[in-house]
Formats: sequence, C-alpha cells, structure tokens
Amino acid sequence: MNVEISNLTFSYPTGVQALRGLSLTIQSGEQVAIIGQNGAGKTTLVKHLNGLLQPTSGSVKIGDWDTREHSVAKMAQRVGYVFQNPDEQLFSKNVGVEVAFGPKNLGMSAKQAEGQVRDALAMTELSDKTETNPYDLSATWRKMVALASVIAMDTGIVIFDEPTTGQDAANIARIANVINVLRERGKTVITITHDIDFCAENFERVIAMSQGRILLDGNANDALGQDEILATTYVDPPQLTRLGKKLGFKGTVRNEKEFLAGLKK
Amino acid sequence: MAIIDLRNVTYKYPLTQESALKNINFQVNEGEFVAVIGPNGAGKSTLCYTVAGFVPHFFKGELSGTVEVAGADSSKSNLHEWVLNVGLAFQNPFNQISGAKYTVFEEIAFGLENIGVPRDEMIPRVNDAMKLTGISELADRSPYSLSGGQQQRVALTSILVMHPKVLVLDEPTSQMDPIGTREVFGVIRTLAEQGMTVIMAEHKVEWIANFADRVVALHEGQIIEDGKPQEALTSDVLAGKGFGISRYTSVARKAKETGLWKKDKLPVTLEEAVEGFAHV
Repeated sequence: MNVEISNLTFSYPTGVQALRGLSLTIQSGEQVAIIGQNGAGKTTLVKHLNGLLQPTSGSVKIGDWDTREHSVAKMAQRVGYVFQNPDEQLFSKNVGVEVAFGPKNLGMSAKQAEGQVRDALAMTELSDKTETNPYDLSATWRKMVALASVIAMDTGIVIFDEPTTGQDAANIARIANVINVLRERGKTVITITHDIDFCAENFERVIAMSQGRILLDGNANDALGQDEILATTYVDPPQLTRLGKKLGFKGTVRNEKEFLAGLKK
Repeated sequence: MAIIDLRNVTYKYPLTQESALKNINFQVNEGEFVAVIGPNGAGKSTLCYTVAGFVPHFFKGELSGTVEVAGADSSKSNLHEWVLNVGLAFQNPFNQISGAKYTVFEEIAFGLENIGVPRDEMIPRVNDAMKLTGISELADRSPYSLSGGQQQRVALTSILVMHPKVLVLDEPTSQMDPIGTREVFGVIRTLAEQGMTVIMAEHKVEWIANFADRVVALHEGQIIEDGKPQEALTSDVLAGKGFGISRYTSVARKAKETGLWKKDKLPVTLEEAVEGFAHV
C-alpha cells in the first residue's frame, strides 16, 4: 500500500508552523531516507503517518485509509513506528512480553503472534534475552528491543526515527541488516537519519527537508551529490561522496565498493 | 600541568558484578581536547561521569584509586563544589533539561541562578552562550517543544554558560544534523584553544580526527590506546573490537592491499585521503 501525502501543513498548538505544505507519494516496498537539519519537520512529518499527529490542512493516506478517519490504534495495523528514544516506548517486565505486546494488541492469534515474536527477536539478535528486563539492558540493546517490538507487528510500513543515534559500529551494522531483511520482504521502510554515510549505503531514495518543506526528493545518487543544496539544510554529503568528488570521480560514490571500483579506473 | 589526574581508578556500579572502569590512568593537560572512543558498553560514559564527579558522588558504587580535577580530590569533595570547575552535558538531553523552566533562556540561566550569579551578569552570559551555539532564535521557545538536536544544543549551552574549567561531553552531537555537528566541534575546538579542557565521548570519527588533540580508546573498561588522532584512530590495537573507523581509513586499508594506497600512514580526514589517493 502506498503513502499519499497531499498539501500537508501542520502547526503545533504553540503556533510553531512545522510543516508548510508538502506533497509526497511513497510506493509500497520503497526504502526512503529522510534527512535535513534539526527542526526541519522530519519527526513531525512521520508522526502524521500513523495518526499521532493530524494535519492542520491537507491529507495523509495510507493505502485507502485517511489518517483523519481512523484511530492511531487502527493505523498501527499498517504503520509501525520506532521512536528515536527507546525509553519512550518500552514498558514491559521482560523482552519477550515487550515484543509480544504489539502483535497481541493487533489481534493476531496466539500461534501467529508467537511466530512473529520469534522472528523479530531473531532478526534483532535478541533471542537469548527474552527473560531480561529491557531496563537491565544497555541503551544499545534497548534500541534493538524497540526495533523488535515494532517489527513483530508485521506492518506493511515501518518507520525508524534516527535508528543509529548513539550506536556503535557493530549495532549500526545490525540495524542495517534489519532494514535489508525488511526490504527483501517487500516492506516499505521510512527512516529519519543524520548519519549520511548510513543513508548512502542503505537507501535508494532520499528526501531532504528544510523548514517544513521538501527541498530535494530523488534517488540517492542524485540527491547526495547535490552538496550546495544539501548545505542549505545543514547536511554534508557522505564521506566517500566527498572524497570521490575531490578526486574527480564521475558520478556519486556511495559506498566502499563503488569507491574502490572508481579508483581502479 | 595536568588538570585531570586519574590514578589506578577502578569503579563498580552498585549491584553489578563487573567493574565498569579497570585500573584507569589518565592525565589531561589544561586546554587539551581529548576524544574518548569505544564500542557501546566500553566505559565511555562512566569515564565522563568520573571526571564530572557523578561517579561516585551521585551513582555511589565502589571506587578505588584517586581522581583529581583542578587540584581537588574527588574523595574529599562534594558534587556542588565539583560542578563549579567541571560541567557535564549528558548523552540524552532529556535527562538534563530541568523541567522547571518555561523557556530556553530560563533553562540556560538555571545553573547560574543556582550559584548566585547577579542578574546583570547573568543575562549577558546567557545571551553570549546562546550566540556561541547558534540557538539565539530559540530563546523564547519551551525546551520541550524543540527537536532532539535543538534540545541537545540547549543542554550543551546550559553547561557552557557556567564557564567550567573542564568541559565533559557525553556524545553531545548524537542527535544533531551533520553540519551542526561540525559547527559544534568547531566551537569546542575554539574553547579548548582559549584554555578550556575538554573530554568528549564520541562515535563520530571524522570530526574527532579533524578537531581533537588526542584520542583515548576504551575497551571493556580499560584504556587500550592513547595518542594523536591519526595514530590512535588507525591503530591495529583497535581492530576486531567493534570500534568505528572513518570510511577514509577503511577504503585506504583495502586499497593498500592492492597497492593503490602507497603511504605508510592511513588517512583519518578527507584532506589526508585526498592527498594519499591523488597520485593514483
């Protein structure tokens, strides 16, 4: 199912206008990264996809569901949302119960829920931690619990809000792997990130936001090469893109493989 | 002269089995900018808390060895004396914002109010600090209405405004946009050049390489490498232990295997990578 956003504006009750009219279609199965400066409206935008926020004007549709006509609980059948800070979403006494909460709440049968939980725990490398209280885990592993608890709901659309923040290299690799598995399963993945190297290596479509609007929207090769436009929303191109450009490589270099291939030419 | 002097420091949090820091010897000179790197769980935050006095005064637990900062011995001091010399910005700004203030301006003034700074001194200090970190336009917003990265700038500013001798930062840019991150590193570099001593736990290797004087690598509670950024960040000692490295180092290491990187030293910055690859 597609995400259809039309002429969306949103103002917080304080009067801050966070979204200033944006339209966007995300096709089923796409992997999209949303980048841009702090306060650009990235989190405000994705909070509209599951109805946590309602448009001030314009509309947001997930498949044939308009978010204004369905509860957040209903939207959760289609859109999973992993918060930036795992501590805002974890509340159960152990990891197994935490991850099972979502699928049970969606009304899956016990057997189906069990399968989803097992699968989500395996994907996030948490299978040996089911009995542990999430708050006895390090922040790194709490992040993985947050991911698992949303993945277990098996929604068509999964949103990650800055999944790599504060994570070390090993955990960033784990998160990249989770996104890869979701891609293979045909899920739509929408990820807010400031980690532009991670963005280049894992996403095919990049949307750059600035001041409540879309500044750039295109395939990663085009978008990440536009250093002057990206700078207006406080984004530096990826390390290897910058290096490739300095060395006069043709096209946008997005990963080590492309860089090493370019070097040999 | 060392402004931070940790000798044989071993520390265990309450109710835990294993020490979070093991026999740490760590001296830092006044005006040095030291980056602390390591995988999650290596002890970076605990080292920050120790320098900042939160270990053991707030977290309790068992500490052995000596911790001296700005000439004072941690075991003979209390936290309210300690904070006059040492400022700590937490990893998660949400844990730091007071919850007692309606505006960003008041939030940043909170520390100064607590130590009794007169109003006519306080107001310009708050304004200067906000200007330094680029948040002047957020002055009248509620701290809770801000994005994660903006909150993080507020948290950092509320420490800078205290003019600490020693600034301890636990991943201060983790939620910031890329150019904002680079700017904050630049501000911190300038403060170090003006004589502030800086300890920063960080994963962002590229900016550590560009701005820090020295890199200390922690692994399982121990210091396993300590040196200049180029040397420490490319050290073989870090291999296979979950340390992040810059893409420049990583591609140069691979290119070296096929003879396409000819220098002995591996690059850690864009400039070093451009220089080394330009001849290919």
